[in-house]
Amino acid sequence: MNIFFQNVIAGLETGSLYALAALGLVLIFRTTDVINFAQGEMAMFCSFIGFKLFTSLGLPYPVAFIVTIIFAVLFGFIIEKYVIRSVNKASVVSKMIVTLGLIMVISGLATALFGIDSHYLRKAITLDNLNIGGVVIQPNAIFIILVTIVIMSVLFYMIRKTLFGIAIRATAQNETTAKLMGIPVNRITSSSWIIATVLGAIAGLLIAPTTNVSTTMMGEIHLKSFIAAVVGGFGSFLGPVVGGFLIGILDNLVGYYITLKWKTVIVYGLLIVVLIFKPTGLFGKIHRKKV
Amino acid sequence: MLKFKNVDAYYGYIHALKDVSIEVPKGKIVTLLGANGAGKTSILKVISGLLEIKEGSYEFDGKDLKNYKPEDIVSMGIVQSPEGRQIFPDLTVHENLMVGAYTRKDKLNINKSLIKGYEYFPILREREKQIAGTLSGGEQQMLAIARALMAKPKLLLLDEPSLGLAPLIVKDIFNIIQEINKSGTTILLVEQNAHQALSIADYAYILETGKVVHSGHAIELRNDEKVKKAYLGSS
Repeated sequence: MNIFFQNVIAGLETGSLYALAALGLVLIFRTTDVINFAQGEMAMFCSFIGFKLFTSLGLPYPVAFIVTIIFAVLFGFIIEKYVIRSVNKASVVSKMIVTLGLIMVISGLATALFGIDSHYLRKAITLDNLNIGGVVIQPNAIFIILVTIVIMSVLFYMIRKTLFGIAIRATAQNETTAKLMGIPVNRITSSSWIIATVLGAIAGLLIAPTTNVSTTMMGEIHLKSFIAAVVGGFGSFLGPVVGGFLIGILDNLVGYYITLKWKTVIVYGLLIVVLIFKPTGLFGKIHRKKV
Repeated sequence: MLKFKNVDAYYGYIHALKDVSIEVPKGKIVTLLGANGAGKTSILKVISGLLEIKEGSYEFDGKDLKNYKPEDIVSMGIVQSPEGRQIFPDLTVHENLMVGAYTRKDKLNINKSLIKGYEYFPILREREKQIAGTLSGGEQQMLAIARALMAKPKLLLLDEPSLGLAPLIVKDIFNIIQEINKSGTTILLVEQNAHQALSIADYAYILETGKVVHSGHAIELRNDEKVKKAYLGSS
């Protein structure tokens, strides 16, 4: 039983990171209909910035973390304003291809600036493991889960209760009418890119101790965050979060109890099963957006 | 208050507005009549900043409106209740109304407008917490008008408020449009239901394929034989 709980906590830990990344994807998708395939690379780039601030500049870890987030704000703003908005008149599919191109641009840039080596970055919390009734828990795992819950709560409060959040949802449902009501749709789009980039950067920094900082570090998280978003439902904000936790836990349980070799295949199988019975995802509604 | 001078506008190659000149005086109800595709909605799109003009000029309170973004137009006091209502179906009634108040600077007075909106349409108060997509057609139309009023417009643009509604509900809504006008809001009303529109309007323009073909005081047009025949049925 202890092993089971350890696996669940480890699942919540990685699941948190899937959830953060998935929420970023969904936020951009809901406001602009675009899926940002470069989300993982953008997070990787931010992680390198954090790593450099921490090692080369020798900033204390928390300061490096916060400066990285500030960088992510600027990074998201610049990518939206100068790349995505400049192809505003192109179709949604073309814009998605543009984000595919961004993968190459950003990973090329990262290789040129930071090299191809992979580097260790410390955990956010480096205290000794806790032992609660035989269940061994890493304080860092608790930290990651708590950070995710806090970020989610703030985001959900914002989306549900504030006028800004109502404007985001209105834009997601009907962009033209949102404009007619005086909502500055450009600013909403820009904000969703900024928030998504910050979420990705946080996920990147927190996964770095496990994957190391390298140009390919986000590969698995990025893919799993897509699955989380689809399983939970691209049409809702809560779905991807639940999907992220679900996949994280399943990943660990399947890996431990059944087979490590086939765990990815089984988790992908889950995606297919969910889509057969619930084509819009667990929490999804049919997404109808008028432009 | 609002003036179009020789405006030309295109959708791609389609010449949507041809040399259109209209005027909406302060405090009045002006209506644009005409069949589908006559250019009525295009005029509203131009006003709201969704369609660029090619020739001519248009101004509001003496200010040239060209090159303003939709959100700036709303801030100036011109708000549209679009064709087909276009409420936000997954937001609650209350949230829809709050979207209408997005540009308001006087945050403290928003509640007053909300109460005012509920006075015009009491049914919306009852449905305050309901998801707007579940409202009936008539209720959605009321919500669309109330939402536009939340911005405290000086000029209210109404695009086909009678579309697809039962005659009794149309009558109610037109009565309230008149009331809104009496409380000081200028109204530009686009309608296919010419009979209904002429009964509350002060002045009317009739459009055909992007051109103004006829205009006059509503009372005159109501009794004009040619207009009667073409737009009011044989009555």
